[in-house]
Amino acid sequence: MKLSTLLRHLREGFKNIIRNGWMSFASISSIFFSLFLLGVFVLLALNIDSMASNIESQVQIRVYLQTDIDQQKANQIENQIRKLSDVSKVEFVSKEEGLELLRKNLGKDGDALLDGYDKDSNPLPDSFTVEVFDPQNIGVTANQITALNNADETKPITSVKYGQGTVEKMFKITNAIRNIGLIVVIGLGVTAMFLISTTIKMTILARRREIGIMKLVGATNSFIRWPFFVEGALIGIVASGITTVVVLMAYSELVRLNEVELGLLMIKLIPVADLGWKIAALLIGLGTLIGVWGSTISVRKYLKV
Amino acid sequence: MLIEMQDIWKTYTDGTHALRGVSVRIDRNEFVYLVGPSGAGKSTFMKLIYREEVPTKGQISVNGFNIGKLKPRKIPYVRRNIGVIFQDFRLLPKLTVYENVAFAMEVIEAPRRLIKKRTMEVLDLVGLKHKHSSLPAQLSGGEQQRVAIARAIVNNPTVIVADEPTGNLDPETSWGIMNLLEEINFRGATIVMATHNKEIVNTMRKRVIAIENGNIARDEARGEYGYEA
Repeated sequence: MKLSTLLRHLREGFKNIIRNGWMSFASISSIFFSLFLLGVFVLLALNIDSMASNIESQVQIRVYLQTDIDQQKANQIENQIRKLSDVSKVEFVSKEEGLELLRKNLGKDGDALLDGYDKDSNPLPDSFTVEVFDPQNIGVTANQITALNNADETKPITSVKYGQGTVEKMFKITNAIRNIGLIVVIGLGVTAMFLISTTIKMTILARRREIGIMKLVGATNSFIRWPFFVEGALIGIVASGITTVVVLMAYSELVRLNEVELGLLMIKLIPVADLGWKIAALLIGLGTLIGVWGSTISVRKYLKV
Repeated sequence: MLIEMQDIWKTYTDGTHALRGVSVRIDRNEFVYLVGPSGAGKSTFMKLIYREEVPTKGQISVNGFNIGKLKPRKIPYVRRNIGVIFQDFRLLPKLTVYENVAFAMEVIEAPRRLIKKRTMEVLDLVGLKHKHSSLPAQLSGGEQQRVAIARAIVNNPTVIVADEPTGNLDPETSWGIMNLLEEINFRGATIVMATHNKEIVNTMRKRVIAIENGNIARDEARGEYGYEA
C-alpha cells in the first residue's frame, strides 16, 4: 500500500467518527460502560486475591524439639529442614527466646504465671519456625518434617504444628472466593463483547449502502476495510482511555479514603502504583481489540456482495 | 468489441428467468438505449455488465474481461473502467460533493494533486464547481444526478451504465442530464442507458434495444421508443 493511501485511510477513519457522530457516541458509551464494569470487578478480584494471599502467607509451621537436645543436633535438624524443596525460611527459636516471646504475648497476666521460670528452669523446648513457598501445600512439608524423625533413633522432634484442619478450611474458602471472582470477570468480559459488537454491528448496518457504493466505484475490499479498521481502533482507544482514567481515579480515591478513614477495618487495598499500569493495559488493550474486532467482523459481512 | 453477450441466461434463486438467451454486441463509443417494460430484464442486463450479477449460462465479456469467470478480487479493477449511474443517485450522504467525486479517484490510489485537479475539472463539466463543498441533501435532484455523473466519469471509464438516470427528474432537468451524457459519449465513452422516457428516445435518435420477457425483441440502429407488451 502506498504511504499516501495509508494516510488517506487514517484521515478517513478519523473523519468517519465525526461524520457518524451519534453512532460513534453510542459505540464509545457502550464500550465505556462495559469496560467500566469489568474494570471495577477486576480491581475487586485483585484485591480479594491479594487479601487471600496475605492471609495465606501468615501460615507457618512450628517444629518443637525435645527439651534436652544439644545445639549440634538442633543445627543438624535445621539443615535437614532447609533442604526440603518447598521451604522458604527456617528460623531457630531457642528456649530462651521462646520464653521471652511467651511473656510478651501473655502480657501482664503472664508475669504472675511465668514467675519463677528463668534460664535454668525454662520448661520450653527449642523450636523452629518454618515458612513455605506455597502455603496451599503446607501439609505436605509438615509431613516431611515429621518424617525426619524416622531416620533418627532419638526422635528429636516432639511435634509439628501448623493449624491442621483450620488451615485447610481457610484455603477452601480463599480458593472459592478466587474462583467466583474469576468467573464473574470472565462473564463480564463476554457480556461486554456481545454488547459492544451489537452496537458496532448497528453502526455498520447503517452504512451497508455506503459499502455498496464503494464497491460499485471499484474499491477493493481492503480499501473499504481500512478506514473502518482505523475507526474501530480509534473508538476502542478513546472509550477505553476514558474508562481507564475514570476507574483509576475512582480507585485511588478509594485507597486514599481507606487509609484515612476506613483503616480500622483492617482492609489493605493494593496501592494504585502497583496495578495502575496493569489495569490500563488490560482495559485499553481489550477496548482496542473490541473496537477493531467489532468493525472487522461487521464489515466482512457486507463485503461479500 | 466492448461488450459482447453470447446466449446469456439468468435465472435467480427464486426461479425467475430474467434473461433467456440474450446475444448482443455493443461497440466502442456507441450510445444505446435499453427499453422495455418493468421486469423485462433491463436491470439484469446492466448488472451483468458491471458484474453485480453473473450469468447462469452463456458468455459475457466487457473490455476484454470474461465477466462470468472473473475472480472476486479482480472485480474492483473491472469496475474502475465502468461508470454506473442510478435513478436514485446513490451518493454518500455524509460526504461533500467534492468528496463524493474524489472518492472514486482515491479508490484507484491516484496522487492527491491529480485528484484535486481532475475532480474540479469534472465538477466544472457538470456545472457544479461552485457547489463542491455542499452535502448531497442540500442539492436538487438534478444536481445530485450531475454529481453522480461526475463520479461515474472521473476515472475516464470506457463504459457508462445508466439505469433510468432521469427517472426521478422533471422533463427540463432530464434534458440537461441527457445533454451531459451526449457530451460524455462525444468525448469517447460508450453509454448503455435503460429508460422509460419516450420523448428522450424519440428525440435523440440512437441505437435502441428493446427487451421483453428476457429476450431482445428489437435492436435498431436509429430506433424509436416502444415495445409490444
